[in-house]
Amino acid sequence: MKRSVLMSVALGLSVAAAQAQDKLIVDGSTTVGPIAKAFAEVIMRQNPGVNITVSESGSGNGAKALLNGTCDVACLSRNLKDSERKAMDEKGVKPVVHVVAFDALPVIVHPSNPVKGLTIDQVRDIYTGKITNWKEVGGADQRIVVISRDTNSGTYETFKDLVLGKDNKIIASAEYTGSNGGMRQRVQMTRGAIGYAGLGFVDRTIKALEINGVMPSAETVSAKQYPLSRELYLFTNGEPAADTLAGKFLSMSRTEKGREIIEEIGFVPVPDAK
Amino acid sequence: MLLSPAARARRRLAEMAGRGVLFAVTSVAALSVLAIIFFIARDALPFFTQVGMREFFLSTEWYPSHQPPQFGAAAIFVGTFLVTAAAVVLAVPIGLFAALCMSDILPFGLRQLLKPVIEMLAAIPSVVYGFFALTVVAPLVQDAGRWLPGDIQIDSGVNALTASLILGVMALPTIVSVSEDALQAAGRELREGSYALGATRAETLFKVVIPASISGLFSAVLLGIMRVMGETMVVWMASGNAAQIPKPWYNLLLPVRTLTATIAGDMGEADQMTGSTHYHVLFAMGLCLLLMSFACNLAGEWVVARQRKKLRGG
Repeated sequence: MKRSVLMSVALGLSVAAAQAQDKLIVDGSTTVGPIAKAFAEVIMRQNPGVNITVSESGSGNGAKALLNGTCDVACLSRNLKDSERKAMDEKGVKPVVHVVAFDALPVIVHPSNPVKGLTIDQVRDIYTGKITNWKEVGGADQRIVVISRDTNSGTYETFKDLVLGKDNKIIASAEYTGSNGGMRQRVQMTRGAIGYAGLGFVDRTIKALEINGVMPSAETVSAKQYPLSRELYLFTNGEPAADTLAGKFLSMSRTEKGREIIEEIGFVPVPDAK
Repeated sequence: MLLSPAARARRRLAEMAGRGVLFAVTSVAALSVLAIIFFIARDALPFFTQVGMREFFLSTEWYPSHQPPQFGAAAIFVGTFLVTAAAVVLAVPIGLFAALCMSDILPFGLRQLLKPVIEMLAAIPSVVYGFFALTVVAPLVQDAGRWLPGDIQIDSGVNALTASLILGVMALPTIVSVSEDALQAAGRELREGSYALGATRAETLFKVVIPASISGLFSAVLLGIMRVMGETMVVWMASGNAAQIPKPWYNLLLPVRTLTATIAGDMGEADQMTGSTHYHVLFAMGLCLLLMSFACNLAGEWVVARQRKKLRGG
């Protein structure tokens, strides 16, 4: 009787240990979420029995979860803030950063628009309503129709961070659309339109503008020349060993399959370390 | 027919059980309405205590995710009103005439054919309407400026007009079928009585049938209004969602934002985690929508009651 209890306790313990090994909790940015989910799917298919849960609660909550030890990998679409680093330092959490992909934000217009490029300042002035006609930036005499993504989207957040800045507000007459596809649809049928979308949504039906003289493309983004781009991160507490589940998850972005996934979702994979 | 006491008791028990079940079913409907009102009001009130009515109803500065956030919804109320009014102006005459036509003018066979076709409009999912608005109607509206007299340039195809056109079509089945039922309910005797007195068909229609069914026609219009006001997907896709009061205010060719579209569009980011005021403001908007529908309903009840009294000769 006693022995069987002991045995079952021991069994239970070993099962629990195995579970800890085969379980990975990922939390954070909604922008990075789709990548993390696709990675998790691939790893779970290759290693039956492992369990990876991916939550998308936002970058801030991802950092919080890493601090509190409620996740193993935190996805962030921005770097850690000083306050977050300090809090982690005090708690003994050692954040290690891994760049998982690049995210770029092409500014798009109607294909008939003669304007070739804008500066970031001009884009900001258009969105805040200081510039209202294309002729002010070298185009035709046509009112500018400002289109933004809904404030819900990560794309909007990126635009706000990279172009608008903290204190500027988008003009009240700006239109809002609920998806990248909707944005493309609106821009390709509206002559005076200006909008922005993920890199994966730029095709021949719309025209991407040069920003500060650089055309958005996978090359200019990974060479860090295109100004409206940012790195997407995965953070862990300490560097995980390569053969652990966390290690596999982190190295996924460097594999052939991982790069394919990243491109498919519309981001730019990190160039090979040469 | 005498029943044994046991059979009588069984019968009474069955009757009571039946009543109980029916009462419970009815209560589910009534209670769910009360529960919805309760929960919406509960989450809306914190907004009014945190920000206050003044900014909400009078300011047009709608920047809920800015730091510091601003919650001026005046432009959104105007947008809701504008889109609803335009759709109703469009749909009510068409709907009422169609109903009149079907009940009293068209031959029976044609009516049997038309009614299901019009009612099919109600079966199309609203997202399909929205998609249609975005890809078909919006480009047409945008190009329409060229053919209009005067120097009208329509910059953007998604605007209050596009949304209203589609909403008007969506309200048609409600208006047509409720008002057609009302006209039918006026009855054959009334019509034949009128003809017997020597009235023409037009006189019968306008002086007898319509006055007799006016309360039903009124409910049809109110139901149409409520259908339009509550529609979300189409306005989110086709109205442009710009939180501005058009200049001049009746300019339907500019994009506007409505209450329903704002709730749908902002719900995702406005969870209690990231910004509770933004979360509560959406409930405040929901509460306003609910109150407006409620007011419509009450007005309808009042008119119907008055009409009944009048018909009875009170």
